[in-house]
Amino acid sequence: MAHDAHESHTGLIWKVFGLLSVITIVEVIFGIIKPDSLHLTQFLGTSLLNWLFLILTLVKAYYIAWYFMHLKHEKTSLRRAIVWTCVFLICYLTTLMLIEGGYIQDMLAPYISWTYNK
Amino acid sequence: MESTVATDNSNQEVWSGGGKKPFAASYGKMMMWFFIMSDALTFSGFLVAYGLMRFKFLESWPIADEVFTHVPFIHGHFPMYYVAFMTFILIFSSVTMVLAVDAGHQMKKAKVTIYMLLTIIGGLIFLGSQAWEWKNFINGTYGAVVLQDGKIAQFVDNEGHQIALSDFVSKANSERVQHTRSNGLWYVKDAGELPPYTLNEVVTSFNANPDVHLRTEQIDFDVKKKTVLSKAEASTYLSKATDVVMGANLKVNEYGKTLFADFFFFITGFHGFHVFSGILINVIIFFNVILGTYEKRGSYEMVEKVGLYWHFVDLVWVFVFTFFYLV
Repeated sequence: MAHDAHESHTGLIWKVFGLLSVITIVEVIFGIIKPDSLHLTQFLGTSLLNWLFLILTLVKAYYIAWYFMHLKHEKTSLRRAIVWTCVFLICYLTTLMLIEGGYIQDMLAPYISWTYNK
Repeated sequence: MESTVATDNSNQEVWSGGGKKPFAASYGKMMMWFFIMSDALTFSGFLVAYGLMRFKFLESWPIADEVFTHVPFIHGHFPMYYVAFMTFILIFSSVTMVLAVDAGHQMKKAKVTIYMLLTIIGGLIFLGSQAWEWKNFINGTYGAVVLQDGKIAQFVDNEGHQIALSDFVSKANSERVQHTRSNGLWYVKDAGELPPYTLNEVVTSFNANPDVHLRTEQIDFDVKKKTVLSKAEASTYLSKATDVVMGANLKVNEYGKTLFADFFFFITGFHGFHVFSGILINVIIFFNVILGTYEKRGSYEMVEKVGLYWHFVDLVWVFVFTFFYLV
């Protein structure tokens, strides 16, 4: 409780809730409509729609961690120790595994037959 | 160990053996962050494994909004609505949790009690929703056939919308009982619960009905939809079919890749288990609040610590939601 312990943040909490709800609703609308102009595109390995989902997810994660988990009010050093470590390790693992998955797909796909003889 | 036992107020502010608090955080809070970080890495390990397998089978992975299409009390095709509701519930229970923490900072016992109760109710609704989601996933909607190499083939109408077996299969006069180890060959077992139709009935009805088509798992990347076969190709597929599948288990499922269902069960199950234990911890803290434990202690920091865990569960769901239902 590095911040003022007696000050109420209810207004801020409801604002964050509103924002998270709006983001979720936007995600769901895009997920249901799946506009071709975003869905059928390819940008840095996946569609623009997927990038939109990923970015909105990270925005949600930011608000949950910063305002609900109070990271914003922790000491900068503690916040960095937590966030930087996780972000680095997760990015590292994700990058390696997805590159590997793509490679396996490229190697494997030619051996999978989609036609059969009677 | 005196730092973990709150005997008086001043003791809680420091770690044992020193007058200073590292990062200005109490011992308990720091340990909760240690746990959350390790748990975050565990979950990211699971989700990354899902990503690896999905990339490996990129051309044939099931399309999520064709799988999760149920809404309670309404029949029809409603992708995403229900899981959006679940997400909303979990975010809302996070809000009541953070309001409880906020009220705790101001030492308002009544408010903390109410908000904790709302948080627990939100968690229970989420768990119930997840059970319902699992029920639909396990029972299945449409049914499919599995080929001898493990591929799944589903049935669609002229517009390419998936149709259920019950929509076009007419039951022949055959009797087929569940094959178990006790009533058949001891080393032979049905892959799962006996589907409502036999393979023969499905194939006969399929051939008899010109409006029913077969769809493979293969994704046509130009339109990002599953490939629908011609009737001639379909008959070559059906000649290799070995079983009818309805719903999902760990070995076979009607949606496509076995791994898809396995990861679904494992990751949402593991998350659901976190929600479950979160509810248990919340209930304990709830009663402690009512009993006035924290009022006597002079600090509601324990509410803040379980709050951290609860928000983390919410945070994980945000990612599970994205990777299972959206992307």
